Amino acid sequence: MTAGTRNVPLLLVAAVVVGTQVILSALKADFYLTQLTMAAWYTLLALGLCLLMGYAGQVSLGHAGFFAIGGYTAAIVSTAGLAPWLSIPAAVAVTAVVAIVVGVPVLRLKGHYLAMATLAFGFIVSRIILGTPFFGQADGLSDIPAYPLLAGLAISGRRALRVQNFYLAWFVVLVGLILALNLVRSRAGRALRAIHGDEEAAAACGIDVARHKLAAFVLSAVYAGLAGACLTHFNGGIGPSEAGIMKSVRYVALVAAGGMANLWGTLAVSASLTFLSLRGVFGLFDDAVFGGLLVAIMLFAPNGVFGLLRGRHLLPTRVRARRDP
Amino acid sequence: MVAAQILQYVLSGIATGSIYAIVGIGFNVVYNSTGIINFAQGEFLMLGGMIAVSLQGFLPLPLAIAAAIAATGLVGVLVQLVFLSWLKKPEMLRMIVITIGLSILIREAALHVWDEKVHALRFWTGDETSSLSLAGARISPQVIWVLAVSGLMVAALTLFFRFTVTGKAMRACASNTAAARLCGIRASSLVTLSFFIAAAMGALAGCVVSPITQTQYDMGTSLAVKGFTCAVLGGLGSVGAAVAAGVLVGVLESASISVLPLAYKDVVALTIMLAILLLRPQGLFAAIGRRPGLLGARQDSRR
Amino acid sequence: MSDVLLSAQGLHHWFGGLHVINGVDFRCARAAVTAIIGPNGAGKTTLFNLISGCLSPASGSITFDGKAIAGLPAHRIAGLGVSRTFQASHLFPGMTVLENVMVGRHLRIREGFLRDMGGRVFSGREETRALQACMEILDGLGIAGLAQQEARDLPFGRQRVVELARALASEPKLLLLDEPACGLNPNETDEMADSIVRIKGRGITILIVEHDMSLVMGISDHVVVLSYGSVIAEGAPREIQANEEVVSVYLGADTTWD
Repeated sequence: MTAGTRNVPLLLVAAVVVGTQVILSALKADFYLTQLTMAAWYTLLALGLCLLMGYAGQVSLGHAGFFAIGGYTAAIVSTAGLAPWLSIPAAVAVTAVVAIVVGVPVLRLKGHYLAMATLAFGFIVSRIILGTPFFGQADGLSDIPAYPLLAGLAISGRRALRVQNFYLAWFVVLVGLILALNLVRSRAGRALRAIHGDEEAAAACGIDVARHKLAAFVLSAVYAGLAGACLTHFNGGIGPSEAGIMKSVRYVALVAAGGMANLWGTLAVSASLTFLSLRGVFGLFDDAVFGGLLVAIMLFAPNGVFGLLRGRHLLPTRVRARRDP
Repeated sequence: MVAAQILQYVLSGIATGSIYAIVGIGFNVVYNSTGIINFAQGEFLMLGGMIAVSLQGFLPLPLAIAAAIAATGLVGVLVQLVFLSWLKKPEMLRMIVITIGLSILIREAALHVWDEKVHALRFWTGDETSSLSLAGARISPQVIWVLAVSGLMVAALTLFFRFTVTGKAMRACASNTAAARLCGIRASSLVTLSFFIAAAMGALAGCVVSPITQTQYDMGTSLAVKGFTCAVLGGLGSVGAAVAAGVLVGVLESASISVLPLAYKDVVALTIMLAILLLRPQGLFAAIGRRPGLLGARQDSRR
Repeated sequence: MSDVLLSAQGLHHWFGGLHVINGVDFRCARAAVTAIIGPNGAGKTTLFNLISGCLSPASGSITFDGKAIAGLPAHRIAGLGVSRTFQASHLFPGMTVLENVMVGRHLRIREGFLRDMGGRVFSGREETRALQACMEILDGLGIAGLAQQEARDLPFGRQRVVELARALASEPKLLLLDEPACGLNPNETDEMADSIVRIKGRGITILIVEHDMSLVMGISDHVVVLSYGSVIAEGAPREIQANEEVVSVYLGADTTWD
């Protein structure tokens, strides 16, 4: 896929985003935009997780933990009487630091050991939140102010800013997607895929496996933390369920259903299923749907999922060798 | 007085720890005969308790419990037959993820069949106010029941695996499925049996602990995680190792209440799990030369 | 610049209770082909793993280009100019031949995780240069036409050539070849021998583990014979062929462990 063929799908996604807004506003149904905006933030997390699980091949069953760390940090910083723009950078920084601290030891583990360790991490975050009055315990934190940007724009759930927030959220997702696509097609992306395929051979090619795994882990955590912070400002609050295993499993299901090493698939599946879930379409069976989805994917399509990347050629198809002088 | 308090902590720690150990043993039983880590193990405790609670209004308590055990055993068998039996040589990670998904389905089903409220089984003897005095510590008779039932289950299982033909066959299957098959052992029915045993054990444990800790539709997940911690800690080498690990986790958890806020209690078991995974993945008690446990630690000095 | 590129002194290594490498000393001369031969289980691949950093020796030292490398992680040793192929196919699954070789080129492409996220704007030229270099290597080995094929789908003989290409992509000083002729038919073996000789002609030092005696005797400058973890003979190919102990070790050897 050359740069040309990559741009077409991106423009398509942009077109869908714009088209959706125009149609909904015309139908006087822009209340849907709220859930679509929330779905965008969750999709940002899913994209980061896709990079980690699909490309780098490192399983995380605790990514909701990073989402919550970002969200709660933003909530606390923005209500601490500091400069209002500080909350999101602080959330990203704290998430990154935690990811490094957790990642260095945990990424030495592989396969199911890593899965259980990340599960434990997510659980610990969840329990700490539930048990600490400062984090609002079971009630969570609310009355979180909007996040101010330039020219009267802000990340906020206010009706007047609904359309702007919709575009803002999806713009960030598109930027995140572009960065991820760039990464996958680059030297670092190849290194990650190599690590996923055969760690020993990757090391023999000079790839610092530990450093690359950590970078992928931290990057995916940052995507999650940023998403958490933005969603917290959008919703005006955050609760402990955002850190729970149900959410972590949900995110894994989304990435798996999207095709694991498929950023576009993850985007599509995450946007649609999250939106439906937020609209309450699954009703009381919400968690069950994602649990069932995960089981179904794992039972019937595991190879396209935890296995190899089949048939994805990420280099130009026509390269001529230079003749030696 | 302090000694009595310590004894109280230790006893309650041993009691909860023995429940974790039972969950851990449930992991063991299934893992040893199938190589599968069944994350839904915690749900079996929940189901056992819930079913018994529903039946306790119609049946005498022992019958209600027996029915709950049978029903939950059946669920375990169904899970294995419907979802897992046709998978060939599944990878550990895939298994864990599938069974996590299954545990979610089971708990959501429980939510719909029952509700999100807390339920509790009647105390087996006495009620919530009765207490026995043991060397100055006051403990509920139910705690004695927990210890007794857990102890009996461990003993029964050890005898089963050591001395009965079926039990030995299951161990043979665990070590070497191909060879076992050649000797005429039907691996598939043994796998189903192992799920039944794990589920039934879980149900009984859920019934005995329900009066103390209550039963709620979502209790399975944290039990599974803690039971898994015991399984890992014990190295899946033997039933006894899981028991020792369970007691250790339970007591540490119990002791932590005096140091940490109550709400962080769960974090203790998780931190132990993380520590074991990072420092000694073959478990504290794994014997050298035995079949590598759950986490198959490699022996050479490979990086 | 010394004559000796790689040398090992007093290497020992154990697997559990098994003393797999028992006091190994040997040298590789620069721009020469040194072969390590020996019966199955002699410890040849283990020796490779020790040199390339996949394993850390229990004791002893390894010196490469004047630097002590025993115990360094594999990627650091690769960074110093050591490249290797593996006995079984270790090509990256889900990647084409060209992508595999591009991974091999990793060390020669300017790095930066954040830069890479910036896309073609920042790294376009580097990538193009790397692609051309990789295509040249594939061309030189006669497999340029396979560039877009899934590496793991190729017949085993072709896969070995791809592994060789990947190992060459980093422009190494020392190339470790672990049974490069394994699984090749006589034609392919001859092609492999030619390739190795041409690589040596470019000044790259080669250390090869091989069972195929005609290949070894045909292209090696120096032969080291390993048996039960110790060096039992060392010298020019002709001398080794005439060495009685070597002959008896091969003909009379009992393979007890591998």
